[in-house]
Amino acid sequence: MTTFAPGTFKPAPGRGSLPKMLFVHARTEAMLTLRNGEQILLTVIIPLALLVALSLMSVIPMPEPRVGSAAARIFALAIISSAFTGQAIALGFDRRYGVLKRLAASALPRWLLIAGRVCGALVVVAIQIALLAVTALILGWKFPLSGLPWMVLLIVLGTLTFGALGVLLGGALRAEIVLALANIIWFVLLMVGGVALSVPVGFVHLLPSAALAQALETAVVHGTAPGVGPVAVLVAWGVVAGALSTRTTRLT
Amino acid sequence: MSPNPQPAVEVSGLVKRYGSKTAVDGLDLVQQPGTVLALLGPNGAGKTTTVEICEGFRSADDGTVRVLGLAAGSEALRPRIGVMPQGGGGYPGIRAEEMLNLVAACAANPLDPKWLIEILGLSGAVRTPYKRLSGGQQQRLSLACALIGRPELVFLDEPTAGMDPQARRLVWDLVGALKDDGVSVLLTTHLMDEAEALADNVVIIDEGRVVAQGSPAELTANRPDDQQLRFRARPGLDTSLLSAALPEGLKVREATRGAYLVEGLIDPQVVSTVTSWCAQQGVLAEELTVAKRSLEDVFLELTGRELRS
Repeated sequence: MTTFAPGTFKPAPGRGSLPKMLFVHARTEAMLTLRNGEQILLTVIIPLALLVALSLMSVIPMPEPRVGSAAARIFALAIISSAFTGQAIALGFDRRYGVLKRLAASALPRWLLIAGRVCGALVVVAIQIALLAVTALILGWKFPLSGLPWMVLLIVLGTLTFGALGVLLGGALRAEIVLALANIIWFVLLMVGGVALSVPVGFVHLLPSAALAQALETAVVHGTAPGVGPVAVLVAWGVVAGALSTRTTRLT
Repeated sequence: MSPNPQPAVEVSGLVKRYGSKTAVDGLDLVQQPGTVLALLGPNGAGKTTTVEICEGFRSADDGTVRVLGLAAGSEALRPRIGVMPQGGGGYPGIRAEEMLNLVAACAANPLDPKWLIEILGLSGAVRTPYKRLSGGQQQRLSLACALIGRPELVFLDEPTAGMDPQARRLVWDLVGALKDDGVSVLLTTHLMDEAEALADNVVIIDEGRVVAQGSPAELTANRPDDQQLRFRARPGLDTSLLSAALPEGLKVREATRGAYLVEGLIDPQVVSTVTSWCAQQGVLAEELTVAKRSLEDVFLELTGRELRS
């Protein structure tokens, strides 16, 4: 028989401090992503390889300056990889393993459950972009510093929009279906969604992938503010996905 | 100590439907603070639905549920309760201590995660990701998550499912320690011995309704003549002589091969009659016991003996 000193479990309930909860939750989310080999392949290795390929292989059509254009597109891809595909798959399996229910049963407020995930995703995206940017600079990318605030803004907006889309997918369907769909959509967006290549078809510009790549290209290559069009497209997708996902997301 | 006027859990007229199926059908229960209440029932009786409504995971279709005097599901309630959902819960890739640290960060005065890991016997699995823990290990981690915030009231949904006997014993000891420290515990189980060993009060539910409630003693000893004397001896003894020697109203039968059962009001005279009959037969009565109805007898009587799909 195991005995416990009297008073060991004497009730002393209370909610932890909000900043600490947010910090620990975001750190946990980021750490789990960075420790997951498949996630690293998708979010870091493949984008790095594509950045090198697009920069060096002239068989792939790419506007000049070649490395700058490639960097902008791969930044967009990296955001889609982690905020959309990575988030959707993680959420699908998190639901399968009951963690959302577990956390929803703790004193963690519901808004913080979302805020922690968003902050965790932003940390991962920041690390991805840093790695890709350093690689692009080595490859000869000349970054006009005037584009930096726009680039940061677009990275945050892109993460939120694709994060909302990822939650919409990962929060509603079974984990295996999420896994398959999230990867297929990633591949389709990469090839014909205006990410790797400019696709001169009208409706492609209405996709969030093309909008993000185009807006980032403006900031990263020309150092100027992105057009209203692409930003509006991103915001619209994000708002609609966010609103829908609050109705469709299930804890388990 | 004067009784606290405010119950830990108070459910009245609770109704929950899933489509055309009524999972909970007008359920009432009251749990006094600092007590252990077991919801006992067969699979599909509505135990988990009831508990999840109390925890705030599901909404009631009708009736009221007050937990620690607050409406179930209110934000103010969550820091005050500890929840162990059925089947546990954790990030697939997280390690036990990381999960506990996260849940501990949500509490103002958490228990020490390292200590909890140790007493729950998870020290050997500190680097194992959640998805590779055994079912019993996941359950123990989930229990740690329920306790770490020093709650006033703990909900344990099938706390020992998938656990080996040692872990089960540990959970029982923990529930005892919680009660001694004034924590209210509401648990669900379909294990009679668990309910009998842990609970101050047992609420037996079936098909969403309360079919009986009371302390284990009350439930098992409500009829003084409903006792049993059991013993083992050589199979195939002729019990008609014994039957004739016993007072009116006592029944004798060979329940299973070699296991004899005398039912009715068992007094010392009856025991003496049985042993002398055995002596006449030249057999030794082994494992001779006198027992009240077990909770299992009560349970099977109330909920039927046929298997439920």
